[in-house]
Amino acid sequence: MTSAAAPPAPVGDPPRRRGRPIGEWGLAGLLLLPNLALLVIFTYRPLLDNVRLSFTSWNISAPVAHYIGTANYVHWWHDPNSHEVLRNTVIFTVATVGVSMVLGLALAMLLDQKLRGRNIVRSVLFAPFVISGAAVGLAFQFVFDPNFGLVRDLGHRVGITVPDFYQQPHWALFMVTVTYIWKNLGYTFVIYLAALQGRRADLDEAAEIDGASPWRRFTKVLLPQLRPTTYFLSITVLLNSVQVFDIVNVMTRGGPQGYGTATMVYQVYKETFVNNQAGYGATIATIMFVFLLVITLVQVRLMDKGRQS
Amino acid sequence: MSTMTRRIRSRRSEVHNAEAMSHSGPALKTFGYLAMIVTVLIVAVPLFWIVVTSFKERPDIFTQPAQWWPRHATTDGYHNALFGIPFGDYLRNSLIITGILSTTKIILGVISAYALSLLRFPGRNLVFIVVIAALMVPNQITVISNYALVSQLGWRNTYQGIIIPLAGVAFGTFLMRNQFLSIPTEIIEAARLDGAGPLKLLWRVALPMSWPTLVAFSIITVVNEWNEYLWPFLMSDDSRTGTLPIGLTFLQTNDGITNWGPVMAATVLAMLPVLVVFLVLQRHMIKGLTAGAVKG
Repeated sequence: MTSAAAPPAPVGDPPRRRGRPIGEWGLAGLLLLPNLALLVIFTYRPLLDNVRLSFTSWNISAPVAHYIGTANYVHWWHDPNSHEVLRNTVIFTVATVGVSMVLGLALAMLLDQKLRGRNIVRSVLFAPFVISGAAVGLAFQFVFDPNFGLVRDLGHRVGITVPDFYQQPHWALFMVTVTYIWKNLGYTFVIYLAALQGRRADLDEAAEIDGASPWRRFTKVLLPQLRPTTYFLSITVLLNSVQVFDIVNVMTRGGPQGYGTATMVYQVYKETFVNNQAGYGATIATIMFVFLLVITLVQVRLMDKGRQS
Repeated sequence: MSTMTRRIRSRRSEVHNAEAMSHSGPALKTFGYLAMIVTVLIVAVPLFWIVVTSFKERPDIFTQPAQWWPRHATTDGYHNALFGIPFGDYLRNSLIITGILSTTKIILGVISAYALSLLRFPGRNLVFIVVIAALMVPNQITVISNYALVSQLGWRNTYQGIIIPLAGVAFGTFLMRNQFLSIPTEIIEAARLDGAGPLKLLWRVALPMSWPTLVAFSIITVVNEWNEYLWPFLMSDDSRTGTLPIGLTFLQTNDGITNWGPVMAATVLAMLPVLVVFLVLQRHMIKGLTAGAVKG
C-alpha cells in the first residue's frame, strides 16, 4: 500500500509466478476431491456396474451374480411386457413433453401480456412444481377416484359417464399423464417466460410495421428466437419425464393388469426389487440409458446446428 | 449487475407489451382474462378439493354428488394423519435428511465451482466435463448397484445410507461455476494483487458477489431433497428413516377402500410447508431454474 512500485507480496510467500499455480493445484484437488469421489462412486461406478450386471442372472441380495451372456437382452426383446412398457414409455413421454412445451409456451405468451393479476397467476401456475410427486400422486388418485372423485363428479354434472381410471390400462395411463403434466407444467412455463422477457422486442415490432400477420410473426420471428430455449427444454423435460417414478408408484404401482402404466423406470424397479431379478432389471436400465443417450446426443446435435444457423 | 439487466429487460418487455396491447382489441383482452381464469381453476380446483376433503367427516367423503364444502367441518382427518402414522417421525427424518443433504450439497457445489472457475490447474475442463456429465445419468440407472453396495455396508435404514449416495453435486456446480465466471476479472485480479489468498478470495470476494445465485441454488436444493422419493423409498422400510413422501404412502391401503380423509389431511400437511416456502421465496427459485436455461 505504501509504494506502487514494489509488488505487494506478503513476507514469506514464494515468488508469485511460480508459487501460485502449484499451491492452486493442491487446493483445487482438495476442493474437488469429495464431490468427484461421490460422483465416481455413486454415479459412474454403478453406471458401469449396471452394464456388467445386465449380463448376469442375479437376485439383488445374493452375493454372486452369474454370467449368462446376452440372455437377458434376448428375453427383453421377446418379453410381451417389455413391448407394453416401451409403448407406455413412448406415449407418456411424447404426451408429457409435447403438451407441457406447447401449453407452457402458450401460457408464457399469455402471461407476458400486460394483464391485471398476471403475477398471481404466474405463481399459481408454478406452485405445483414444488410439491412432492408422492403428495400430488395421492391427491390425484382421489381426484380421479372412480366412485367418489372430483372428475367423476364434474363428469356427472355435464352428463358424461367417466371411465374407471384405475382399472382400464389406457385410462390409467391417461390419468398418470395428466397428473404429471399438471405438476410439471410450471417448469416449461417459467423457462419460456424468462426467455420471452429476454428476447428482442424490436424485431417483432419491425415485423409488425412491415405488415406481417400474427401467425407469421409467431413462426418467423418469435419461434426462431426461442429456439435455444426450446432445445434446452426438450432435453430436460424429456429426461425428467422418462424418469418418472413417484407418481406412477403412488397412483397405480405400474398396474392395472400387470404393466398397464409401467414405464421403463418402473419396470427396472419391479424386476429388480419385486420380482427379484436384478440382472434383468439392470438390462432394462442399460437399454433405457442407451436410448436416452442417443436421443440426447441427437438433440444436442440439433441444438448446435440451430445455434449456427 | 444482474438486477440491473433484469430491470432493463422487464422495462423493455413492458414497453413492448403496452404497445402490443394497444393494438389488440378488447376482445383479445377478454380472451386473455378468460384464459387466466381457466388456468387458475385448473390448478386451484384440485387443491381446493383436497383441502375440503381433509376437513370432511367420513361419510360425507363417500357421497355422490360430491359436496364442495364440508357439512360439518372436522379435524378428525388431521388427528388420524398425525397419530395414525408416526407422522412426527417422518417429519423428523425429512428435516434431518434434507438439512444434512442440502448443507453438504451446497458446500460441495460452491467449493467445486470455485475450483473449476477461479483456480488454474491442468485438466480443469476435463474435470468439469466429468462433473457435468453426471447430470445425464438418471438416478434410476444407478440404484441397482448402489442398493447392493449400501446393503453390503449395512447402511439400509440409516441416515448415511440415504444421504451419502445422493450427496454428489452436478447441477449446483454448473450453476455456481457460471456465476463465478461472470464476476469481472478485474475484480478478481485486484483482490489477488491486494494479497488475497484463494480462500479469502472465495469467502470475501466471490461469494458475497454471488449471493442471489447461491440463494437460488440453495432453495432449489432444499426443495428437491425434501421431495426426493425413489432412493429413500428403497433405503427405508419404516419410520426409523423414512421421509414424509414415503410416510404418506403408508397411509394408502392396498386392500379395499382407502380412508381418504386422513390421506388427504396428510397430503395437505406434506404440501403446505413447501408451498409456503415457495410463496415466500419464489423469485429466488425461479432465478435459479432459469439461470441455467436462458443464456444461449
